[in-house]
Amino acid sequence: MLILECPCCGVRAEESELAPGGEAHLKRFGAGASDEDFEAYMFARKNPKGVHFERWRHAHGCGKWFLAARDTATLEVFGTYPAQTKAPPAELIAAIKAKRPHWEGYE
Amino acid sequence: MKRYSVFALAREAMRHHMGWERAWASPEPKAHYDVVIVGAGGHGLATAYYLGKNFGITNVAVIEKGWLGGGNTGRNTTIIRSNYLQDPSAAIYDKALKLYENLSQDLNYNVMFSPRGLLMLAQTHHEVRGYLRTVQANALQGVATEWIEPAKVKEIVPIINIDGPRYPVLGALYQRRGGTARHDAVAWGYARACSAMGMHILQKTEVTGVRTEAGKVAGVETSRGYIGCGKLAMIVAGHSGQLAEMAGFRLPIEAVALQALVSEPVKPCMDVVVMANTVHGYMSQSDKGEMVIGGGTDGFNNFTQRGSFHHVEETLRALVETFPMISRLKMLRQWGGIVDMTGDRSPILSKTPVENVFINCGWGTGGFKAIPGSGWAMAELMAKGHSPLAAEFGLNRFREGRFIDESVAAGVAH
Repeated sequence: MLILECPCCGVRAEESELAPGGEAHLKRFGAGASDEDFEAYMFARKNPKGVHFERWRHAHGCGKWFLAARDTATLEVFGTYPAQTKAPPAELIAAIKAKRPHWEGYE
Repeated sequence: MKRYSVFALAREAMRHHMGWERAWASPEPKAHYDVVIVGAGGHGLATAYYLGKNFGITNVAVIEKGWLGGGNTGRNTTIIRSNYLQDPSAAIYDKALKLYENLSQDLNYNVMFSPRGLLMLAQTHHEVRGYLRTVQANALQGVATEWIEPAKVKEIVPIINIDGPRYPVLGALYQRRGGTARHDAVAWGYARACSAMGMHILQKTEVTGVRTEAGKVAGVETSRGYIGCGKLAMIVAGHSGQLAEMAGFRLPIEAVALQALVSEPVKPCMDVVVMANTVHGYMSQSDKGEMVIGGGTDGFNNFTQRGSFHHVEETLRALVETFPMISRLKMLRQWGGIVDMTGDRSPILSKTPVENVFINCGWGTGGFKAIPGSGWAMAELMAKGHSPLAAEFGLNRFREGRFIDESVAAGVAH
């Protein structure tokens, strides 16, 4: 079972307590954006087989959103961090790089 | 290729079954094919079969990373139905159902299609209204379905409990022509027929790159060397995104795990397929007597072909109320498959930004039932550049907002 530590309340929450929210750090496009940008924002997803940054909500806990880095091929969790960040923290990137030397990196 | 028949059976019985041929050949790859199809699951093999049968294109290779039919084709709960709400879905799924009805004869391979009937239980008032609407839509589409009252449900499924406190059965959408088929046999039957037409099925051959020249596909790099092709079809379900990336485009696809489980075998007790969409559970009894139970999807991106225990618990907890007799059954096996979910939960059969590259993916949780129709439409799209069945399922529908919104009708339970 997937266990993520909620950075808001510090609880190590198991999967049934959490609600997944899809890919994190999407760049938003709204009115005035080109059709290509809007389509990509709405539908195109990285969907990597490997390191993935994603949104979660501690639905049956504190109710807050947070972000997590996880390997979709092994279910290994690299870490969680607050939702109020525009990009993954540098130390988390370094930790993932140490574990996954062939990982191409974020973006 | 020798035909399978009662005479063949008698002949082989007389000579200790030493004369059976291999069902399909395992040739060495050629340097170039007119058409290369990546993915030897049901959809890929069906596409190859109808390319040969309907359009005479037989210089075809079907490339498979693992073994034939070892992905979702061998992992689903084998349900076949066509009671969809939207016209484009009903058209392609009903085409598939009609092809399934004669598939054993067509392929000379017993796919054990069993039109035993299929019930979709309405367990909330919202579902009652939804299915009454679907019955009307199906009548207009020419798909025979009917609404039946709880007493009739009980008559068709004696083991059901129609007045559970939490999930009462308020009626059901009944498709008499729906049913099941032997999933492996569908892949094996198509593979045998393709091989008989001279097509190459290359197992244990992994595609590692897609080579393009001036915006057109030239061939694929594989673990067994470079293979050139005129046209390329990507029909790989969960790994569609990885393959599309090799060709340089992105898809509106996310991969999640869907799981199923079977019980120990018991005596025949249920001769229809029952789906309970409110609780994300569906059940049928296999010919061996096992109760085959499908559950819901994990909500998060996942490439591990296994499910999670709490989903099993959720599904069974709800099903036990509707089918009290299964409470004492032991569960034998549980497994998962990687399903490719699109933004509108409908499939993609489409040309792509790279010329002569075609994609068939996004069947999500309901691909098995569509195999013959999907192959039929995909072959037509590849051979003629246009297919009426596939027309509404293009990639550009996401940009243009022309969704085929089946997520309410069929989002999870298939």
